[in-house]
Amino acid sequence: MLRMPEPDAATLSRRGEIVAALRRIVPGEGVIDSEVERRAYESDGLTAYRTMPMVVVLPETTAQVVQILRTCSVMGVKVVPRGAGTSLSGGALPLADGVLLGMGRFNRILQIDIENRCAVVQPGVTNLGITNAVQDQGFYYAPDPSSQIACTIGGNVAENSGGVHCLKYGLTTNNVIGLEMVTIEGEVLRFGGKFLDSPGYDLLGVMVGSEGLLGVVTEVTVRILPKPPGARALLLGFPSIVGAGECVAAIIGAGIIPGGMEMMDRLAAEAAEAFVHAGYPLDAEAVLIVELDGCEAEVDHLVAAVEALAAEHGATTCRTSSSEEERLLFWAGRKAAFPAVGRISPDYYCMDGTIPRRRLGEVLLRMKQMEAQYGLRVANVFHAGDGNLHPLILYDANCEGELERAEEFGNDILRLCVEVGGVLTGEHGVGVEKRDLMGTMFTEVDLQQQQRLKCAFDPQSLLNPGKVFPTLCRCAELGRVHVHGGQTRFADLPRF
Amino acid sequence: MFRARDAADAAEIVSAAFDASRALEVVAGGSKRALGQPFRPAARLEISALAGVVDYDPAELVLTAQAATPLAQIETMLAEQGQMLSFEPPDWRALLGHTGAPTLGGTIACNLAGPRRVRAGAARDHTLGFAAIDGRGQAWRAGGRVVKNVTGYDMCKLQCGAFGTLSVLTELSVRVMPKPETSANLLFAGLDDAAAIRLASRALNTPHEVSAVAHLPLAAARRAGFDSATTVIRVEGPAPSVSFRVQALRTLLGDAAEQDATGTLALWHSIGGVHDLLPDGPVLWRVCCPPAAAPSVLAAVQAEYGDAAEAYYDWGGGLVWLSLDAAAAGFGGGAAIVRAALRQASGHATLFLAPPVVRAVVPAFEPQPAPLAALSARVKAGFDPRGILNPGRMVLES
Repeated sequence: MLRMPEPDAATLSRRGEIVAALRRIVPGEGVIDSEVERRAYESDGLTAYRTMPMVVVLPETTAQVVQILRTCSVMGVKVVPRGAGTSLSGGALPLADGVLLGMGRFNRILQIDIENRCAVVQPGVTNLGITNAVQDQGFYYAPDPSSQIACTIGGNVAENSGGVHCLKYGLTTNNVIGLEMVTIEGEVLRFGGKFLDSPGYDLLGVMVGSEGLLGVVTEVTVRILPKPPGARALLLGFPSIVGAGECVAAIIGAGIIPGGMEMMDRLAAEAAEAFVHAGYPLDAEAVLIVELDGCEAEVDHLVAAVEALAAEHGATTCRTSSSEEERLLFWAGRKAAFPAVGRISPDYYCMDGTIPRRRLGEVLLRMKQMEAQYGLRVANVFHAGDGNLHPLILYDANCEGELERAEEFGNDILRLCVEVGGVLTGEHGVGVEKRDLMGTMFTEVDLQQQQRLKCAFDPQSLLNPGKVFPTLCRCAELGRVHVHGGQTRFADLPRF
Repeated sequence: MFRARDAADAAEIVSAAFDASRALEVVAGGSKRALGQPFRPAARLEISALAGVVDYDPAELVLTAQAATPLAQIETMLAEQGQMLSFEPPDWRALLGHTGAPTLGGTIACNLAGPRRVRAGAARDHTLGFAAIDGRGQAWRAGGRVVKNVTGYDMCKLQCGAFGTLSVLTELSVRVMPKPETSANLLFAGLDDAAAIRLASRALNTPHEVSAVAHLPLAAARRAGFDSATTVIRVEGPAPSVSFRVQALRTLLGDAAEQDATGTLALWHSIGGVHDLLPDGPVLWRVCCPPAAAPSVLAAVQAEYGDAAEAYYDWGGGLVWLSLDAAAAGFGGGAAIVRAALRQASGHATLFLAPPVVRAVVPAFEPQPAPLAALSARVKAGFDPRGILNPGRMVLES
């Protein structure tokens, strides 16, 4: 298990004073002090980790956020921002000596601007809430993480969330064009707006995916897109996963970027089929769903092309949806894959590495060997188009030591992803979960550079400490200038 | 001038410059040297030798190359596999009066984006990872070589549009996309600016995946060979889809002439490249604003300058290329008028071209509010504590 920074006794001893200060800023029920109510916030989607926050505060206005952060900054109190708490990497895991800053009350859609194809929303609006607000005008918000009913746009910004459609339509970072945020010192900054590519450093781009370590977002301007006029899905079965992977490469090689392209291995497909009866082929080692969207002429053209490629690559099942109902049925199994796996195992642990797709066969083979080594099974679900793997490790938390074994297995899978040229996380974020693996992907120097960015925003390291980086940030040390020894090829250059 | 043979050389040169607190201008092809503030350090770090594609597997949609790899080489290599850089980097050599070969590193460092910006994003949206040397001479990397990655802060975004002021880029991984099978333009004649931008908005708001919309008022249209103001809508994709969507857009938006793929390619090359469509040599502004507000921004400028202000719109109105007659614009380059016009609409204006006396005093980039400028300065100091990498390129030294 990961260790979080030791709670600071001096802060804990001032708890009453801190609560009183917060109550002066946010009246009534906006400050949660009682143990029973605080318990609701003790973990996020990474439920294996729980910490009772020192106090919870739920502001409603940017002015309150400014005062809260300014107060915490002056008092030297840590702050953990939280959206809906659906993070799978522990990004919103509270700190025992920290204020949990819940942004759920920022739940208003401020403006829908169809002419400029954008919407200005508060960070506590849910991802699906944005689409719901614009869909009657024929628009939607493209990134669609599977938690979209619950997860908030503020959380999406923090994690740079993806979804099944992101190969074609981009991640959160490609769909956010403006932000208002508050720094830990209580300064309000605006990046971007209803226009593109502001000059100066792209701090908007840096804020997206910063996991709550750089600032608290109080307003988001998102791009909205006209809804594709139609979509059809193909349900393909293959006798081997590697064969399915080759078909994916061939589809992309043919110049086709499907709206969605998802793969499941036999175990995941079986579990999904037993759960939702989507008609998945049970004789296949891999099930591939390919969704093609656009105008009818384009969809028909691409469906024919993908059908031909599937046949060429030995698909044993090839069904094309002939109605919206059937398309949704094909997807139902994939969308229910996680809970479906939850039915065949008491617990599962969802991983999130990305690999170059050409290494898929090798990675799966090594994962099979690890299954034997750890004595645990894995069901695999992939975003096939972008090589983002979601191996689900099946375990039973009630069996002594299984959780630890599952975590170690997961770490080995992620190390393997990095070894073959991939990365630790494709869309779930580092959080606490992958924090201690950062060194497998980055050198000490690489991590120092990232921490220097942190120091520019939060020199006291009060925002969400203990997340993303294996060591706490020491800004004074990082800022120190080390003079080189001078033993270099160019050291004697007289021109300097 | 210090010529680096490889990334290790570049690191040693920067390290020596750091020890001596001497500023360096980082240059490869030099085709975009004219961009940004005019100040240039005396010492130059030349990295043209850092060229060559490191890895390219079309099915992975990722290309990795050394920073000074000529863009033309990359585009040819991609085209052979039916792929492209979908942010459509414009060719500004004629505009900026430089014959050097644009490189991948320069394209990323200046965050280029062409007409497809409205649909496909800018360089920032396609940069996946990099290797670089910071202002201490330390080699470091961030991001990765896969298309989906959220491991650590998105440091790639920070390098895009930083004009080499945070680190010397030595290697880059970018996302590539399939090249559309074909394309077509719809040309609408004779609309005034307001009507044209309303049409642009209607076109972009259809589900027909319009990939670019520009409006050329009469003077710009004439330079492009048309005899009346022309609004151009581009559709790309598989052939049956393009003809279907062209028809659908005509039904919706009214009658329009159609241009085939060859004409389409040439016209958008001009629209991205600017040089062919506006008068030579005066003051040039690149204005970004909410698309629907663009005609009123331009009207406010033209109310002041009349015929001395010429312009055309790209990105459905989100980008206005505005040229001002140098004499009319005066020593201020028209900055006061242009930036005041934007204040109400929101947006920003970058001074692209101007006589040296103007560039010496007018901030090329939209001045930032003090807290944001202070934060940006702290970010810079973190990577380049002695301010030796391209100082004075983004912020006007007073």
